[in-house]
Amino acid sequence: MIHYTISLSRFALVILMAFYTYLCFRALRSGIDEEEQDSLYFGQSACMYLILFIANGILFLSQFSFSIIVMLVMELVFFIAVDLIYKHIYTGASVSVTNNMCMLLCVSFIILTRLNYSKAYKQLIIAAFGLVLTCLVPFLIKKLSFLDRLTWLYAAVGLIGLAIVAVAGSTSYGAKLSLSIGGMSIQPSEFVKIIFVFFAASMLYDAGSDMKKIKTASIVAGAHVLILIASRDLGGAGIFLVTYLVMLYTATKRPILLVGGFAAGALGMVAAYYLFSHVRNRVVAWLDPLSVVDGAGYQVSHSLFAIGTGGWFGSGLYQGMPNKIPVVEKDFIFSAISEELGGIFALCLIFICISCFLMFFNIALKIKEPFYKLIALGLGTVYTTQTFLTLGGVIKFIPSTGVTLPLVSYGGSSCVSTMIIFAIIQGLYILKDEEYTKDYEE
Amino acid sequence: MKNTQRITKNNKRSINRELTLITYGFLLLFLGMVAYFVYFIGFKAEDFINNPYNPRLSSFSEHVIRGDILASDGTVLATTKVDAEGGEKREYPKANEYAHIVGFADNGMAGIELDDSFLLLRSHAFILERMINELRDRKNPGDSLVTSLDTALTDAVYNNFGPYDGAVVALDPSTGRILSLVSKPDFDPNHVSENWFSYTSDSGSSVLVNRAIQGRYPPGSTFKILTALSYLSSGGSMDDEFNCQGSYTQGDTTIHCYHNSVHGQQSFRDAFGNSCNSIFAQISLGLNISEVNSLAKRLLFNKTLPVDLKNVKKSSFALKSGDDGLIMQTMIGQGNTLVTPIHMAMLVSALSNDGILYKPSVAEHTQNDKGITVRKFKPDEYGTLFTKEETEELRELMRYAVTNGTGSRLISDNYTAYGKTGTAEFSADKSQAHSWFVGFAEKDDKKLAVAIILEKAGSGSEHAVPLARIMFDEYFK
Repeated sequence: MIHYTISLSRFALVILMAFYTYLCFRALRSGIDEEEQDSLYFGQSACMYLILFIANGILFLSQFSFSIIVMLVMELVFFIAVDLIYKHIYTGASVSVTNNMCMLLCVSFIILTRLNYSKAYKQLIIAAFGLVLTCLVPFLIKKLSFLDRLTWLYAAVGLIGLAIVAVAGSTSYGAKLSLSIGGMSIQPSEFVKIIFVFFAASMLYDAGSDMKKIKTASIVAGAHVLILIASRDLGGAGIFLVTYLVMLYTATKRPILLVGGFAAGALGMVAAYYLFSHVRNRVVAWLDPLSVVDGAGYQVSHSLFAIGTGGWFGSGLYQGMPNKIPVVEKDFIFSAISEELGGIFALCLIFICISCFLMFFNIALKIKEPFYKLIALGLGTVYTTQTFLTLGGVIKFIPSTGVTLPLVSYGGSSCVSTMIIFAIIQGLYILKDEEYTKDYEE
Repeated sequence: MKNTQRITKNNKRSINRELTLITYGFLLLFLGMVAYFVYFIGFKAEDFINNPYNPRLSSFSEHVIRGDILASDGTVLATTKVDAEGGEKREYPKANEYAHIVGFADNGMAGIELDDSFLLLRSHAFILERMINELRDRKNPGDSLVTSLDTALTDAVYNNFGPYDGAVVALDPSTGRILSLVSKPDFDPNHVSENWFSYTSDSGSSVLVNRAIQGRYPPGSTFKILTALSYLSSGGSMDDEFNCQGSYTQGDTTIHCYHNSVHGQQSFRDAFGNSCNSIFAQISLGLNISEVNSLAKRLLFNKTLPVDLKNVKKSSFALKSGDDGLIMQTMIGQGNTLVTPIHMAMLVSALSNDGILYKPSVAEHTQNDKGITVRKFKPDEYGTLFTKEETEELRELMRYAVTNGTGSRLISDNYTAYGKTGTAEFSADKSQAHSWFVGFAEKDDKKLAVAIILEKAGSGSEHAVPLARIMFDEYFK
């Protein structure tokens, strides 16, 4: 009987996830009336809560552990809190974006509970902390009208933050990523990403064709990237580089800067390939992971074993061996999801990420105030690039760069910073009309 | 006002066009990634996950009933019987006959059971059926593997093997498919677990060794194929005349012809056909040893053989100039050379296929429980072993050995046979020798290449050739 229930529930999870994803893209279409929108959003929430209940049901039936029930109750409290906060503090925000944020967190909680209960618990606490922080965001955006003038403060904080890690950070998997402060491990680069976007936006929004400004901004951006390369955080370096180039191109409207920037980036990659053995290792592991399955290709090979063995429908929760993949809770969480919940489920997850960034860019499109527009664009790019690097890396579409999947991977800094990114974009979305019209009238 | 300035200053044209472009750029990248993901799970994963490093493979048998192994005509060679309580037992209806090629699924596995274990533990039953099985907590039926094994041919080999130990390999030269592979002594795969201790402790008879791919034998006169090739390529001719006086002496080494026969006046063609040791010993001293070594290398000596089976042993060949005695010994197939039967079968199969070798393989395709083909395994061309000229020369010699030499028992109106016999001495006791035959027969487009070794049976023409005759007769019936 229990087996019957668990097996049926597995297929239910896949179907619910697919339906949620379908609603996501329905919601993206323009020109749907409010009534239809409301029913879409309701459908999304219903799917998410059902997935949460069913998955926790499976977890409970597999483990018969009451701590799973405790977790479920806490998760429910969390999601209801998100709902209330976004209704009252973020009135007028995109419900679709909020729903996606919840869905990604929901998947994260489920798979983390499966992989490592105590990490799931920590993640939930961190997410709750992030939620509290995000309450302040709309208020700050409204009140702090001088945000576009703190250019050099952003640069200083960002560079110092990264530099401290490069010098004093602790090493994991070859890269220096985190700082230990009072027993807590923090990854400053996760927050510097946001600060960096503010720096680039404040520098570039009125740069026009002011070459001096562009040069200065580019030098500072380059400094960020170089420090990250020195810390061997290649994924981080990639995210900063792409984000800056996209912002630079959009602000200056000069395709040559984008093309030139990427050409320089490509040259840099080639140089890095010849200069650093750890870069070469990643490339070898990407081209043929099985040839170095004992060494550099170990993670990617095991990730692909997991995804491939899981197949389209997955092995079912607790039926696979995701824990055989090193750092599965962080960089390789997507492989665990694909293995146990199935390739279709994982595919839906990719599409939810796609719908997220489409919404971000859509919001950026609607914002008229250039500084805020650039910020929305920059943060959207940070999210998109990071998602692409991590998903592409674990499925061997591109070389693995060791970054986390925003909101899904275990990791406090990543989770909180992504929640802040979502919150800022939402805050700007709310602001988009009122600020603009108000200023214009004055 | 500050904000107003921002807008007027930069409002010549909105940046929305650039933004849209960026959006589409990212969308394209993601769609590429999605396509790759779908491609991987849909097409690549099956091969990728079949890797000894994948720890998940061991759990497959918890969800799937191991599939059947079938001969090419559908005869069941291995199947899984499930009793009322769900207990599974692997059964081998043909017992000893296919013991070595099919292998066994317990005790660490062997043969096809080992090589293609993964394929047998995949289930491609219809999705609905699999879902229902899943719901009922029943195992899914595994895919069956259809092999290229020919039951009529294998019966002929097995029933006429005689009392000897040894091995037979039969290949289809135009595809590399293994049609028959028999190794003796054999064992009953139905009772491997019970007899495991005696099998593994008794090192003398080593019944578990698949001699066709793991037995390393002195090639005897079958090696003269290589010697002849070296001789002809270094300027020798088929019509060169020699005189055999029953033995040939160089230094303190004397090479005798088999049974001390005196062949008398012989062309090179005759010497090959009659397998004249004296003349071959004589010509071997004129060969360029480094060229012989490179020929041996080209013909896959000292290399991992390109065979689609696991645990195939390498053949070994090494020769240095200087030691005339050893050179003569080696070039008539005694010396230190060791070959596996499958290697010899591969060499002659290439001669039957314009010099082109196909990788020996036994897996034809897998099918689901309803008999619908899941995966096909195409013949795999390895490459050219012999040039066109070499192929023609060797075919001429091997045909001559049948029409005018030691293989005369293979003369038939029904097919054209080619071959080389061998009598390989392996110890000081010259009365005991392994009986070899390697060769092929053709009838229209149908071809069969064989390598036969009967241990301690005596002369090749008297023991191995008759078995070849039975095989050819059966195959071209």
